[in-house]
Amino acid sequence: MSEPIRIWPYLRLSGLEPLTVRPETNFVNIGERTNVTGSKKFARLIKDNKYEEALSVARQQVENGAQVLDVNMDDAMLDGVEAMTTFINLLQSEPDIAKIPVMIDSSKFEIIEAGLKCVQGKSIVNSISLKEGEKKFIEQAIICQSYGAAVIVMAFDENGQADTKEKKVQISHRAYKILTEKVGFDPQDIIFDPNIFAIATGLEEHNNYGVDFIEATKEIKALMPLVGVSGGVSNLSFSFRGNEPVREAMHAVFLFHAIKAGMNMGIVNAGQLAVYDEIEPGLRNLCEDVILNRNNDHNQSTEKLIAFAETVKSQGKVEKKDDAWRNTPVEERLKHALVNGITDYIDADTEEARKAYPKPLDVIEGPLMDGMNVVGDLFGAGKMFLPQVVKSARVMKKSVAILTPYIEEEKKNNPAAQQGSVARILLATVKGDVHDIGKNIVGVVLGCNGYDIIDLGVMVPADKILDTAEKEKADIIGLSGLITPSLDEMVHVAHEMKRRKMNQPLLIGGATTSRMHTAVKIAPQYDNGVIHVLDASRSVTVAGSLLSPEQKTEFISGVKTEYAKLAQDFASRKTVKQLLTFKEAQANKQQLGWKNYSAPVPAFKGVKVFRDFDLEEISKYIDWQPFFIAWEMHGKFPQILSDEKIGAEATRLYNDAKSLLKKIIDEKWLHAEGVIGFWSAVSDGKDTIHLTEEGVDLEFLRQQTKKAANQANNSLADFIAPADANINDHIGAFAVSIHGIEEHIKRFQEQHDDYNKITLQALADRLAEAFAEKLHEMVRKELWGYDKDEHLNNEQLIAEQYRGIRPAPGYPACPDHTEKIKLFNLLNATENTGIELTESLAMYPAAAVCGWYFSHPESKYFGVGKIAKDQVEDYARRKKMSLEEAERWLMPILEYA
Amino acid sequence: MNNIREELDKRILIIDGAMGTMIQRYKLAEKDYRGERFANWHTDLKGNNDLLSITQPQIITEIHKQYIDAGADIIETNTFNSTAISMADYDMQQLAYELNVAAVKCTKEAIKQSGKKAWIAGAIGPLNKTLSLSPDVNNPGYRAVTFDEVVSAYYDQVKGLSDGGVDLLLIETIFDTLNAKAAIFAIKKFFRETGKQPLPVMISGTITDASGRTLSGQTLEAFYTSVMHAKPLSIGLNCALGAKEMRPHIEELSQMASCYVSAYPNAGLPNAMGEYDEQPEETAHFLEDWAQEGFVNIVGGCCGTTPDHIRHIAEHVRSIKPRVLPVTEKELA
Repeated sequence: MSEPIRIWPYLRLSGLEPLTVRPETNFVNIGERTNVTGSKKFARLIKDNKYEEALSVARQQVENGAQVLDVNMDDAMLDGVEAMTTFINLLQSEPDIAKIPVMIDSSKFEIIEAGLKCVQGKSIVNSISLKEGEKKFIEQAIICQSYGAAVIVMAFDENGQADTKEKKVQISHRAYKILTEKVGFDPQDIIFDPNIFAIATGLEEHNNYGVDFIEATKEIKALMPLVGVSGGVSNLSFSFRGNEPVREAMHAVFLFHAIKAGMNMGIVNAGQLAVYDEIEPGLRNLCEDVILNRNNDHNQSTEKLIAFAETVKSQGKVEKKDDAWRNTPVEERLKHALVNGITDYIDADTEEARKAYPKPLDVIEGPLMDGMNVVGDLFGAGKMFLPQVVKSARVMKKSVAILTPYIEEEKKNNPAAQQGSVARILLATVKGDVHDIGKNIVGVVLGCNGYDIIDLGVMVPADKILDTAEKEKADIIGLSGLITPSLDEMVHVAHEMKRRKMNQPLLIGGATTSRMHTAVKIAPQYDNGVIHVLDASRSVTVAGSLLSPEQKTEFISGVKTEYAKLAQDFASRKTVKQLLTFKEAQANKQQLGWKNYSAPVPAFKGVKVFRDFDLEEISKYIDWQPFFIAWEMHGKFPQILSDEKIGAEATRLYNDAKSLLKKIIDEKWLHAEGVIGFWSAVSDGKDTIHLTEEGVDLEFLRQQTKKAANQANNSLADFIAPADANINDHIGAFAVSIHGIEEHIKRFQEQHDDYNKITLQALADRLAEAFAEKLHEMVRKELWGYDKDEHLNNEQLIAEQYRGIRPAPGYPACPDHTEKIKLFNLLNATENTGIELTESLAMYPAAAVCGWYFSHPESKYFGVGKIAKDQVEDYARRKKMSLEEAERWLMPILEYA
Repeated sequence: MNNIREELDKRILIIDGAMGTMIQRYKLAEKDYRGERFANWHTDLKGNNDLLSITQPQIITEIHKQYIDAGADIIETNTFNSTAISMADYDMQQLAYELNVAAVKCTKEAIKQSGKKAWIAGAIGPLNKTLSLSPDVNNPGYRAVTFDEVVSAYYDQVKGLSDGGVDLLLIETIFDTLNAKAAIFAIKKFFRETGKQPLPVMISGTITDASGRTLSGQTLEAFYTSVMHAKPLSIGLNCALGAKEMRPHIEELSQMASCYVSAYPNAGLPNAMGEYDEQPEETAHFLEDWAQEGFVNIVGGCCGTTPDHIRHIAEHVRSIKPRVLPVTEKELA
């Protein structure tokens, strides 16, 4: 707890609720319909003084996903100050609207100020600019600052609105300097609007406006990384007024490119955003040509799009499949659909069942649960596998989603008839951790077994978990985590549960957790049941025992006894462990013959960034085995595909994954970002590697257990030449990640499609690992170039039959996560790859890998294992940490506790 | 006085307890409130506690002194309602500035008499009218007061407090964030216009019930985000809740605040008679727990607390280290 909290320079806004715009937020939708210049309906309501009705326009924007609400009252026929005041005051009395921040939009500053006087939250002013010179700009900025508002700055100066990329960047940068240096604005509170102008107007000089905006955005973000970039997107398609399909497609294509360039918010019609991938490819290509100004020297692309626009109609194709099972009774059809994971007919079948049964709830408790019981039995008997169960869950969720409104309706009409006997399980990935594939799978499997699942997602603070558990009356709480600091957080949650006198059993799961850690550290914190769950399939039996009144007490006391024994064994075992003193361990280091060694010299020093690396190329390096393990299908790849028992299902999963992977690559769902670096390095002959030019010291840990004769006590520092050897040696590092998963996850979630969601998450993880493999090969063959003739196939790569290693901070050879901070700083990794470190030093996005490169032929992977206090003291001193803090980070490997 | 930031890095500072609760002990009558100067004033004055800074300054000074003796490092001026808007209840709008100056004088006198050191915090209360809420349920867009009126009222108060010579400004018991934003606006305006060295600002909001929101509907984080442009010395919570109910909110705040964190809860929740009966050692016990968890930099009491509460609190947190300030990053990782 003594580690200071870090507060990042994010744009923070608020209505009744906060909105933090993080780098990974991707894109903030600003609702545009509460604008008298853009919405005729809204303008009419305001002019007719129908403010109450005008509120419904705002509500509709919020319901459609607007995260900020743009309000504009600029109309010659209106008293703008009064209209702004009245409308915003009214908004404040509607909590479901006022929960999001407001953007006060006007070209008249007195209207802006009138709006600012009515909002308690932190809003955005849209906009101020250098149009009337520097003095006025500063005056207005100070006023905005006094109200605590963020500002949008238009790329507009004394000479007019910026149209070219150069002017946009130049004006923005000038405004930035004034705001940050003269007014004292925080950079993250500045948002630039580099002007989106109409394209495809027929005038050739307008054709490059889209490109100018996108390119300017890129440069603005490179020059001023903390600022935001926004724009009014609908301007772009102004010349296609009245043709909504084309306009929507243009907006989606434009945003796709602008967001990649760094645009992170935009004024859009929140209800009408098309998804890039779902635009009909012909139209999408035409839009792409026009927006990126390709093949358009003489308006050819523009003309093609105009011609196409004339033909656009709403399209809908009906496909018909015919199957025998369609002729069975509805109950059978539902069961068939559930067991086989078919969603094609679920809407109609559910509707039919709803009409056939007296109450909608009967459909769930009857045919649907019957079907799921079959699924549960088959799964329990090992006749169905996790991927199939998840497909079944997708069918179930879709059906339940159709029934829910009817059930709600009935509850309203007949409150006494409420039935709430379904057991509830709350799941969360703990604070500081971003990994959730395993937790999602557990959620699905438990959901299939009839439990009501509340999934709080990732990075959930203890208080939120426990508050929600209390509020929602959860029967069981399940925590998940992948990185070692999450173990501490789980201990904290258990501790808090005891303090709050809670009584729900606590389940612990995730790759870093273990029965031993649970028994020794977590279980003693909380008395009402702490159980480690190895995988998703075990979660069902554990939950069943905990929720059965007959079994519960016995089960918990059984686990308690077992854990108490484990803890006792642990306590007695660790005393017999033979450890060397740290001095002895250092003396027994591996002696590499440095005398005749000539170290390879990398092709460059410093960092090299790989932007948007070819996914197709990366995919060749995928190691599929962990993918199957993620799905709890254990076995060697590719043999697993022909396995007698699970081969058929494994093959199906593999084919599904391959076709999703093809889609990801062809339609550019994801993008790969990487950075590597090399630096001159010497070791101090002990456990420190000194980067001579950067003046950075990397600290490593050494094995301390007593080894057999002729076996060394390893430390990664031994693989770098000591200073006195006078060798020009180097160390390298890398960080890679796969981005862009969020919107697709969200889409799958909305479609209740956990199967594709989990497959996509698992694929993203695989791609990140494959990218690391690919880069490492490039490093060996070219960039560090010490193995120019290496020819290894994928299996040999996976088996690491090459020279050199790439260990990651936080993993066995260098188990301290905090060294990751240095690695990130050296690589400027967050800026270069978009990877963020959480407070527990997990990487976000979760599909990310980083590590050090060592090139010495003798360098190898090893586990540091348990270490003694003398080493921890030395390490804390080198790291300039308190002993207590060092112990906290190294907790899993401390020999003492 | 030495720099308060230096002291805050070394130890947990103690802010004083309730003023109203202490005034009640004197069982003052209408004529005591009036004094000689307002003997013939045309409205009732009993209950106008801020007026006592002018009519019974020795009482206010004595209460301050008791808190200083009990161990308070920061004492609040008796100016919770000393604005033209709140004083309108007594038709005393014109006295706002004078009340503030007089109240600061009482604190200075108390410090002198005690022979100890303490920082004087100019108390800026929430007003009896709000900017985000309509007093008329049938007309939700209506407001009883305008932003400009509120800014002007706070401006006069800040001027009085500054001229009187306070060390800090404390915007407290905030249940409508927009009122607090008007106070911040007035403070910025005052120091910008006078060119004086700006005083450190403490901000203390009020969570009114178990929903964890302010009366005007904001979550704690939304409230925090809305006032951070004040670049405050501290942010915290006071009033409405006892320590027991306030704990999760203080924990949350301690996790997100980039500045120091303050907390001065009521002495529990009022009993059926509207009285606070949490005992000094009980309150102190709660606050000691917070201190040990590293949640707080400044602690004290609000409604129902007495010098005895403050003494117990001071003793319990004396040897505990203050919350460590978070690191505010200037760049993304």
